[in-house]
Amino acid sequence: MGWVKFITGLVLVVLLSGTDVGSACAQESRVPVPKPPKGKGEQCVRETSFMRANHMNLLLHQRDETVQKGIRTKKYSLRECIACHAVNGKDGQPVSYEDPKNFCRSCHEYVAVKLDCFECHASKPPSKKAAAANSENGYRASGVLPQ
Amino acid sequence: MSSKHNQLSDDNAHSARRRFLGQVGVLAAGISLAPGVTLNGIAEAREADQPASDKVRWGLLVDATRCAEGCDACVRACADENGLSGHGRPETDAQWIRKVTLRDPKTKATQSLPVMCQHCAEPPCVDVCPTGASFKRADGIVLVDKHTCIGCRYCMMACPYKARSFVHETLTDQKPHTPRGKGTVESCTFCVHRIDAGGQPACVEACSKTATGAMIFGNLNDANSTLSKALADHPSSRIRADLGTDPGVRYRGL
Ligand code: HEC
Ligand code: HEC
Ligand code: HEC
Repeated sequence: MGWVKFITGLVLVVLLSGTDVGSACAQESRVPVPKPPKGKGEQCVRETSFMRANHMNLLLHQRDETVQKGIRTKKYSLRECIACHAVNGKDGQPVSYEDPKNFCRSCHEYVAVKLDCFECHASKPPSKKAAAANSENGYRASGVLPQ
Repeated sequence: MSSKHNQLSDDNAHSARRRFLGQVGVLAAGISLAPGVTLNGIAEAREADQPASDKVRWGLLVDATRCAEGCDACVRACADENGLSGHGRPETDAQWIRKVTLRDPKTKATQSLPVMCQHCAEPPCVDVCPTGASFKRADGIVLVDKHTCIGCRYCMMACPYKARSFVHETLTDQKPHTPRGKGTVESCTFCVHRIDAGGQPACVEACSKTATGAMIFGNLNDANSTLSKALADHPSSRIRADLGTDPGVRYRGL
C-alpha cells in the first residue's frame, strides 16, 4: 500500500534526522504529503488508519454485496462515503472528481491511482435542488407501502 | 411495421382470437385496474442487510388493451429516473423501455405496448456472457454487473427482445442511484434501487399516476399478490413464449 509505505518512510526519515515525531508533524513537511480534507462528523465508518489502508477492500466487497445480492446496508456504501466526504468548491457546491479538491482524488493523484469508478458513479452528492425534487416525488417516498 | 409484428407475436393465425380475448380483458380490466389505485402487490419489504431471495420472483403484467397509442409516460418516467438522455441518435441511444406498435397486416388493426427487459427465468443474455456480468438475481431480476462487463455485447445479440443498450458516449451527471458509463451494456433493472427500498418501478408508478394504469408489478411467487391475482383472473401471454425463456413480464390482450 503506497500510503503505508509512505508513512513508514516518513517515520524513518524523521527518526534518522533526530527530530521528534510530534514537531515534525506540526511543521510544514519538506516532503509533499497529500492532505485529504476532513470528512463531516466525528469519525469515519472505521478507524481512520484502517480506512487509509483498506477503504478499497471495503468498497469492492460492498459493491458485490449490493449489485449481486441486493444487500443495501449504508455503512460501506459508496454513496454514503461521497455524501459525508463532500468538499465544497468556490460556488459553495460540492466538487466532483474532476476537481483536485475532491476528497477521493486528494490522495489518489499523489499515489498515482487511477479510478474508473466515477466514469459511472456520481462523485458528488446530488445538488440541494435535485435532492428536494427527489423528496417530493422521489423513489423512496412514492410507491412505498406505509410502514 | 410488420417485421416487428412477426418478431413479437409467435402465432399470427391466432391473432383474431387473441384480439377477442383482449376485448374481454378490457371489460374486466376496467373493474380491477381503476386508475389512481396503487397496485404494487408487494407483500414483504426486505431489510437492507438481507439479500434478495428466491421466495420472490418479480414480475410485471402489461395490459395491452389499456395502453394508449401515443402515450409514452412509462418511457419518460424511465428516462427521468435513470438519467437516460439521448444524443438524438435513436439507433444507438439507450432505450431501457420502448413503445412498440403492432399492426395486424390482415385487419390493419394496431396495438401499442411497452417492451422492456422481460426478466426471463432462462435468460439467453446470461448464457452467452463470457464474464458472468450478465446475471439473474435470486429474485428473478436480470441485471448487468457493470463492474465486470467488458462491453462485448454478446448479450445484446442473444436477447430476442432487443432489450439491451450499449453506452457509446462518455457520460457526466449520472443519477447517484443509477451509475452508468461508457463501454458497458445496460437494460431495464425493474428499478432495482426502488424495489430494494420497497417501491415499484418508475414506469409502473407513472402509468398508474398519469396514464391508464396498464401495468401491475409484483411478486409472481406469491399467490396473493395483486399481480398473481390479476394473472389468475385473465389469460395473459408472454412474448415469444416458444423460445422457452419464461419471461417475468406478461401481456394481457396481445
Ligand atoms: C461501468 C459503470 C460502473 C463503474 C465503472 C463502477 N461502477 Fe459501481 N456500480 C455500478 C452500477 C450500475 C451499480 C448498481 C447500482 C444499484 O443497483 O443501485 C454499482 C454499484 C456499486 C456499489 C454499491 C452501491 C453503493 O453506492 O454503495 C458500490 C460500493 C460500487 N458500485 C463501487 C464501485 C467502485 C469502488 C468502483 C471503482 C473501482 C465502481 N463501483 C465502478 C456501475 C459502475
Ligand atoms: C459519517 C461521515 C463519514 C462517512 C459516511 C465516511 N467517512 Fe471517511 N472519514 C470521515 C471523517 C470525519 C474522517 C477523518 C477522521 C480523522 O481525522 O480521524 C474520515 C477519514 C477517511 C479516510 C482517511 C483520510 C485521511 O485523512 O487520511 C479515508 C480514506 C476515508 N475516510 C474513506 C471513506 C470511505 C471509502 C467511506 C465509505 C465507505 C467513508 N470514508 C465514509 C467521515 C466519514
Ligand atoms: C488517505 C488517502 C486516500 C483517500 C482520501 C482515498 N484513497 Fe483510495 N486509495 C488510496 C491509496 C494509497 C490507494 C492504493 C492502494 C494500493 O495500491 O494498494 C487507493 C486505492 C483505491 C482503490 C483501488 C484502486 C485500484 O485500482 O485497485 C479504490 C476503489 C479507492 N481507492 C477508492 C477511494 C474512494 C471512493 C475514495 C473517496 C471516498 C478514496 N479512495 C479516498 C488512498 C486514498
